[in-house]
Amino acid sequence: MKIAVCIKRVPEMDVTFKIAPTGKAVDETGLKWDMSDFDGYAVEAALQLTEKAGTGEVHVISLGPDVVQETLRKALSMGVAKAVQLKCDTVPFDAYAIGTALAAELKDGGYDLIMFGKMSIDGANGVTQFVVAELLGLPLVHACSKLEIADGKGSARREIEGGGELVSFALPAIVSIDEGIARPRYPSLKGIMAAKRKPLEVRPAQLGEVRLTIETMELPPPRAAGRIIGEGAAAVPELVALLQNEAKVL
Amino acid sequence: MNPDFFNIESALSEEERAVRDSVRRFVDERVLPIIGQCYVDGRFPRELIPAMAELGVLGANLPEEYGCAGLNNVSYGLIMQELERGDSGIRSFASVQGALVMYPIYAFGSEEQKREWLPRMAKGEAIGCFGLTESDFGSNPSGMVTMAMEQPDGTWILNGGKMWITNGSQAHVSVVWAKTNGDKEASSIRGFIVPTNMAGFKAKDVKGKLSLRASDTSELTFDNVHLPATAVLPKSGGLKSPLMCLTQARYGISWGAIGAAIACFEEALSYARNRVMFDRPIGGFQIQQVRLADMLTEIVKAQLVSLHLGRLKDAGTFTPQQVSLAKRNNVDIATNVAREARRLLGGNGILAEYASMRHMANLESVYTYEGTHDVHSLILGQAVTGLNAFS
Repeated sequence: MKIAVCIKRVPEMDVTFKIAPTGKAVDETGLKWDMSDFDGYAVEAALQLTEKAGTGEVHVISLGPDVVQETLRKALSMGVAKAVQLKCDTVPFDAYAIGTALAAELKDGGYDLIMFGKMSIDGANGVTQFVVAELLGLPLVHACSKLEIADGKGSARREIEGGGELVSFALPAIVSIDEGIARPRYPSLKGIMAAKRKPLEVRPAQLGEVRLTIETMELPPPRAAGRIIGEGAAAVPELVALLQNEAKVL
Repeated sequence: MNPDFFNIESALSEEERAVRDSVRRFVDERVLPIIGQCYVDGRFPRELIPAMAELGVLGANLPEEYGCAGLNNVSYGLIMQELERGDSGIRSFASVQGALVMYPIYAFGSEEQKREWLPRMAKGEAIGCFGLTESDFGSNPSGMVTMAMEQPDGTWILNGGKMWITNGSQAHVSVVWAKTNGDKEASSIRGFIVPTNMAGFKAKDVKGKLSLRASDTSELTFDNVHLPATAVLPKSGGLKSPLMCLTQARYGISWGAIGAAIACFEEALSYARNRVMFDRPIGGFQIQQVRLADMLTEIVKAQLVSLHLGRLKDAGTFTPQQVSLAKRNNVDIATNVAREARRLLGGNGILAEYASMRHMANLESVYTYEGTHDVHSLILGQAVTGLNAFS
């Protein structure tokens, strides 16, 4: 079984973001970067599938400038066999442009399964996998929380409002991965050393036409300070009055 | 706020950062949730050994051909930093296994000894301890009385005892340093690989510790332990050999102390921001800001010392005296940082729920072992004056 996982390098989210002077991007000064969370789940799920099958290999693909090689090497250190960088100076904010480049790379790769995180945690669009599925004419199961491959067929579970949905599909196929499927392993120190010797191929990204651009970014307005109106039961009448008349939520 | 105030991150390679991040995650997920209770219970968490071995932290700077990770010395230091951010006892376990048992087997052992022990020790299947210190010979190991007598058939009979031995009661193998053949000069000291299941070998845990409680500390006794001829480390000779091991371990300790200091600083900073007294966070008071500024400054200086020392070690140009300076300084500042953090935490700071007092108590041992602070002062004194204060 040959699996490709498409991964994205994203900033770590536990910081206060600033907007760059252009007003169209995040200020990247001091940010730390890592593999997008859902993509990490996808890499782990892919590795577990091949380990369970006792055969096959996992490749990872990432699109962007040379800094994405660090994210690719992280996947290699987790146990992935080969990495491909689709090189471009900046990552466009357009899933069609990105999906076109990925589809061109994946088309003749002979993959049984192509995996994505269900969305990147920075852009949070969750669209790229749909573009690739459409361009390659493959079935797509979006946001899987469980995944099994047996006898050349796949089955997956999706979490839906109030329950679950079980889906079966033929291979080759595309799946995108939700949280809960598998917690990514941390790379072992030997894995980190071994990653340096694994193949990391670099090719120019054959981006599709960019039809979406960010015009402006803005931060949410600062929250006004709260107001203490009193304590205990005595404060309730005024609180109810304010919720009715000022906040207008009752 | 990240205590990496000087962006030392930028001086690390991608590989070094990756190593640190993996060990950091291991400590966050596996060590920190249990270590406070282990400390209270006086228990080393042996259940972590397989995961530590799988991660690759045991003998991580030794070559891959012996089943180790083959990392550089800066990566090794970062591992020690992260482990001690969890607890000095966890770092001590890894230091002893890697720097004090695997290293001497690697440096002074025969090829057969290396093949027999190093891969098993990297996998955590064999745990090691290091026997140099004796109850009456701590800072002056050359006075040791443990003696190995070579027999006509080339085998050895070992008698004596060792004290303050980390991992002693859980070890499968010990590297024991002994004088040989009745010669009381330090030049007769040699290293022996002593499996702990040999007749006449006994290990007894030291009770009543108020420091390093999440670590096994033992007393070893050797009563006519009959060792095969192959037990001796063939390339060991004189006190220099165990001191070379200590240089390795002290290097790691200089990094480990930074980890303990970072843990205390982060805890103190978080507490200072959130603890409200006189209607505002205590971090807004000048006295706590001075505390935090002092802690941060010392941590940054220690980070720079160890990082540069690691680069020198990787280049093969570091000296034991430089290691003394780093161990002495970094453990000292960590001890002070931990105490100031505990004080900033007020009454809460005496609880095991917070890490600072645990680190504070641990660091008193770290201050004392692997060359006391005072002994390192004299090593530095000798280095700069040329005058030996030991004799």
